[in-house]
Amino acid sequence: MNRRENLKLLFTGSLASGILFTGCGPETAETVEIPHNPKIGEFGSYGRTPQEIIHNENLKSSTFFTEDERKKLDILVDMIIPADDTSGSATGAGVPDFIEFMVKDIPSYQTPLRGGLLWLDHKSDEMFGNKFLEISEDQRIQIIDLIAYPDTAKPENQSGVKFFNNLRNLTATGFFTSEEGFKDLGYVGNRPNAWDGVPEEVLAKHGLENDPKYKDVYLDVSTRGTIAQWDDEGNLIG
Amino acid sequence: MSIQIQTAGDVYDVVIVGSGAGGGMASKILAEAGLKVAVVEAGADFDPALEDHRTQLRPPWESPRRGAGTVRPFGDFDAAIGGWDIEGEPYTRAEGSEFDWFRSRMLGGRTNHWGRISLRFGPLDFKRKDFDGLGENWPISYEDMAPYYDKVDQLIGVFGSKEGINNEPDGHFLPPPKPRLHELFIKKGADKVNIPVIPSRLSILTRPVNNDRGTCFFCSQCSRGCQIYADFSAGTCLVKPAMKKGQVDLFTMSMVRKVMTNDQGEATGVTYISKLDMQEYKLSARVVVLGASACESARIMLNSKSANHPDGLGNSSGHVGHYLHDSTGADRMGILPDMMDRERYNEDGVGGMHVYTPWWLNEKNLDFARGYHIEYWGGMGMPSYGFGGGMDTMRKHVKDEFGNPGVNGGYGEGLKKDIRRFYGSTVGMSGRGESIPRYENYCEIDDQVVDKYGIPVLKFHYTWSDQELNQAKHMHETFEEILTSMGAVMLGNKPGADKQYGLHKPGRIIHEVGTTRMGNDPKTSVLNKYSQAHDCKNLFVVDGGAFVSQADKNPTWTILANSWRTSEYIIDQLNKKNI
Repeated sequence: MNRRENLKLLFTGSLASGILFTGCGPETAETVEIPHNPKIGEFGSYGRTPQEIIHNENLKSSTFFTEDERKKLDILVDMIIPADDTSGSATGAGVPDFIEFMVKDIPSYQTPLRGGLLWLDHKSDEMFGNKFLEISEDQRIQIIDLIAYPDTAKPENQSGVKFFNNLRNLTATGFFTSEEGFKDLGYVGNRPNAWDGVPEEVLAKHGLENDPKYKDVYLDVSTRGTIAQWDDEGNLIG
Repeated sequence: MSIQIQTAGDVYDVVIVGSGAGGGMASKILAEAGLKVAVVEAGADFDPALEDHRTQLRPPWESPRRGAGTVRPFGDFDAAIGGWDIEGEPYTRAEGSEFDWFRSRMLGGRTNHWGRISLRFGPLDFKRKDFDGLGENWPISYEDMAPYYDKVDQLIGVFGSKEGINNEPDGHFLPPPKPRLHELFIKKGADKVNIPVIPSRLSILTRPVNNDRGTCFFCSQCSRGCQIYADFSAGTCLVKPAMKKGQVDLFTMSMVRKVMTNDQGEATGVTYISKLDMQEYKLSARVVVLGASACESARIMLNSKSANHPDGLGNSSGHVGHYLHDSTGADRMGILPDMMDRERYNEDGVGGMHVYTPWWLNEKNLDFARGYHIEYWGGMGMPSYGFGGGMDTMRKHVKDEFGNPGVNGGYGEGLKKDIRRFYGSTVGMSGRGESIPRYENYCEIDDQVVDKYGIPVLKFHYTWSDQELNQAKHMHETFEEILTSMGAVMLGNKPGADKQYGLHKPGRIIHEVGTTRMGNDPKTSVLNKYSQAHDCKNLFVVDGGAFVSQADKNPTWTILANSWRTSEYIIDQLNKKNI
């Protein structure tokens, strides 16, 4: 039996018995066998065309950031997304590797990021007489505070603001699209389930309800195994 | 014919160019009638059930770019292999023209990634000229198409609700899914300003229609292609089943150059270049059906010049390529403070919105003709590239526990917390409307430029008129009305005249149609009412090229219905030995 037939059987079998697809959370939803559980850093073909595989490999085969730049990046991304009570840090979630890939995927990131990382050394030298990697954590915070708040930053620090906006965006995206980020957000989708509307308690909290007019029109999830039939007027009859 | 060109196979009854909605439907109907069919596709085979092709249910970290749209225009996991720019397949634009041409090079074409929005054209949509004097009427009416819509509904499956709205005909619907939280807020807000919001109509199986396809398991990823075929795509639901049941040969990686004709001017088959060996081949057939997409089919016809057809095949009217028109589009988004700090639950739902707004102002006197519908988005979708961005401008909307507004930008635990609180609180809306088909908007052959197969490319001439601009302006007014009414904070500004009211460039909505329009008068149309070329009785066009006007409805359901209708006509004409 091939995988598809296997899947199909799984579906029809469970649907017929009416036990599948009743919950939404990870603990209740029956998961269909998807023989794929990739680790960060192991990018399989994920449905790539042969040309796309070559393109991805090409991008991965070169390294953009120097060792020094990479050290700064590690510090910065963890300042932006540190570990907290809910989840781990940006470096723990592999964000620097993601940024390394993205600057090759979108080359227009390269100069602003490289220039920005060097600007940090310039500012650090100006303020504290040393390079960014050599100053204390407290001193780093003083520099980052100059560029982290776009609405109040001084005009002379605007280029730093732009750099940090870019880095904030990349870091946040890199973190929240990682497994750790999903855990942090409590995202519980991307798995088979049976959508039966907004949970009652959530409806109640917001004072909303499903339109009673459609009560008998909306999908009754217990019928998901039954082939639809209509009369000549297009009314569902089975 | 050059002797270097090799013959690829036997003589077929029908050769179909393209495997999308139009070509796919034709392949199924013609093959089931016992005809020997060749389907010629410019891209590769594709089957989302194959592990090698599957992108469904993959988390973002499987992609090194976390799903960014750098390689595939709608993101790394999207099913569309192709895009607005394809290496080696250029097109050009006339001075002052804008048009972006999207092509999917794969079995099933653009049906692999489309939004599955499956709206019938209504009675008004076929006869708009009767009401506003603009453009042209279709030579057929809703009554002609209705039986085919009914058949498409039952064969392919579409969920929806019977509403009894005159120009939004009901069909044979599967039950629609209940709304998501933001959709209930939208409905509540829209109710207050008398804008209808009804269950959407998408070709996604909430219940099975046969034993060959599975039922939707609500992962929201139809645009990636469904491994159990619970969504419609032409490859999985039409071409592959046709190959199983009938005599269908599928030619992939085959780029059609032209339709061959004989001394009587009748079509005798096509020539194509194989992308595998870069050699040219010919396929002979009694009937040629073009379903390559509105612009690609026009290109093939214009490139098929002969003594009988000096201006291109089927082009004695000079109308091939003309009346090209895409849907209008404009979008706006906002933040709904009521949805911050939300309870978490699986809200993926189907691959698209659960509710939409059909055009509601048909009888009103506005400063533009025709209408638009509104598609909605938002909610707790799966994070992908771009998620968590924009905090340099949006963080101020995240209020702290004392109700004080946040500060834009920042970093650290506070930022992390605010992104978490923010998750799932944005809503957006997209207007998709009807443009006016005009002779002045067209594509033609650019005889200065060829693609890498040596085929002359298309040159586009296209500008929007005040009709479309005024419509986009109206869309934005409506968006603000709804967002305000539902208590949302609007993001960005309402675009003004200097920004063309936020109207997307032509071609960006990927609903381009009209290039080989049907009509009763051979002087002003390319096809007759059965999508048969006026000038060549055994040539048919089953894609969006046949459209006289495109309504504010997404074209796929009408392409499918019309292709079915045309295919039955082809069978009838072959039986009567008329072709």
